[in-house]
Amino acid sequence: MVEIWAGLVQATKLIIDLDTELLAIVFLSLKVSIAAVITAALIGIPLGAFLGMRPPVSVRWLEKLINTLMGLPPVVAGLVIYLLLSNKGPLGPMELLFTPMAMITAQTVLAIPIITGLTLVAVRDKHKEIKDTAVTLGASQQMVIWTIIREAKRAIMAAVVAGFGRVVAEVGAVMMVGGNIQGNTRVMTTAIVLETRKGNFQFALGLGIILLIIAFIINSLLYRIQGEVRNN
Amino acid sequence: MHLLLIHCCTEFKGRCVIINPFVYQLEDISKSYEGKKVLSVDKLDIEKGKIYGIIGPSGAGKSTLLRILNFLEPPSHGNLFFNGMTVTKAGKHVLDMRRKMTMVFQRPILFDTSVYNNVKYGLAARGYAKKDITKLTSNALDEVGLTEFTNRNARSLSGGEAQRIALARAMVLKPEVILLDEPTSNLDPANVAIVEKITKRLHEKQGTTVIMVTHNIFQAQRIAEEILFFFKGKLIERGSTDKIFNNPQDDRTGAFINGEMIY
Ligand SMILES: Nc1ncnc2c1ncn2[C@@H]1O[C@H](COP(=O)(O)OP(=O)(O)OP(=O)(O)O)[C@@H](O)[C@H]1O
Ligand SMILES: [Mg+2]
Repeated sequence: MVEIWAGLVQATKLIIDLDTELLAIVFLSLKVSIAAVITAALIGIPLGAFLGMRPPVSVRWLEKLINTLMGLPPVVAGLVIYLLLSNKGPLGPMELLFTPMAMITAQTVLAIPIITGLTLVAVRDKHKEIKDTAVTLGASQQMVIWTIIREAKRAIMAAVVAGFGRVVAEVGAVMMVGGNIQGNTRVMTTAIVLETRKGNFQFALGLGIILLIIAFIINSLLYRIQGEVRNN
Repeated sequence: MHLLLIHCCTEFKGRCVIINPFVYQLEDISKSYEGKKVLSVDKLDIEKGKIYGIIGPSGAGKSTLLRILNFLEPPSHGNLFFNGMTVTKAGKHVLDMRRKMTMVFQRPILFDTSVYNNVKYGLAARGYAKKDITKLTSNALDEVGLTEFTNRNARSLSGGEAQRIALARAMVLKPEVILLDEPTSNLDPANVAIVEKITKRLHEKQGTTVIMVTHNIFQAQRIAEEILFFFKGKLIERGSTDKIFNNPQDDRTGAFINGEMIY
């Protein structure tokens, strides 16, 4: 108990002092996860919107697959990306393994199903109620599509935030494809694992607190967005 | 035949041009869902510039008919003509035709944006210039008496206000035809009266053809010049409002307007 307390005090001090190593790890974490979520959004939003506007029966199997992948264990994603990027893998020559790029790729793979799946549901709901109204007002096909997406925008934003929440907190995939190399591919989650193992609790706790704060911010955002969705 | 031709003939650059008096012509139209026929109309001509009331019990196919008239739903079988032109599925052609009509639904769906943006939606779709949009939109809001709501989010309106905005959004397009599917069934008496007044004014000022589905036979009597009575997917009787209410030919029509129909 005393040790936890001492650790917390030390951890707070590290955060307040803006410890350079700690900051570097936090920034890399955010950089990797934000890049992954942006990439995943660029793929997942159009894909989800496209599928959400199709008759549900015609996309049933794809939808099941996406829902399954939404729960994909990060280590499995890590394993697949590892195999693809390793020396003997098809993408080996690109020499991406154990680089931030590899971590971004793995997190992108994890975020795509979430963003696609949640966008699909949001767009499908709106499609039903908006389409006839837009059409009867004389909208062209493109304008109908655009209107539906715009009407689903809050739910789509929530999908992106949820995707970020998943990837920033995962450890398995980035550990496997990033390698947790100090100053290069060490992010918050992998650093926590390592420092804990070394018994360097105050550093691990400091990162843990920051991760919690980020999770809290993400959740507040989600609540706000979803509150607005419900109000409509 | 000869008489009809003279009646439909107008002078245009010294030549006689045949004008089609009908906005819609239906030939042998039917609609089935999962093999079940829900609408079947042998022949139906809708004249330009009249107010029609469509009545009939729940499930009679009234909304289905309106959706077919608005090309929201293709008929399973038969021919539909709009202004004498066949309506086929694909192409810009259909969009041009559809832009001459619009529909207001029982439950108004307003977009999640300002009232102003809602009302201007159809004008923007038609590529109107910005200053025309501004003028027409504020006129329409004035017509429905909701100018002060211009910048409010449309989702924050009450049911009655929302339906009036939906009506403004339709009216602003100056459609040849307006299709109303039970537009007042969720409204309080004051808003019902307002919606009826606006509809009549639209018809009087612009000669718009109005086709209104209603559960309220008194509303049909107040508004319509001609009544179509549907029952189990079939057009049972049509005629002037006076005739349908005072001298219906079919027993089922009589029973329905007297509130004696059991179904
Ligand atoms: N998309 C659909 N799929 C299957 N059946 C449908 C569909 N739309 C309508 N129907 C059926 O067609 C029949 C006619 O429906 P419609 O909505 O046209 O009736 P209505 O006269 O408008 O009734 P109400 O007065 O209750 O609005 C009903 O039996 C309805 O269940
Ligand atoms: Mg109906």
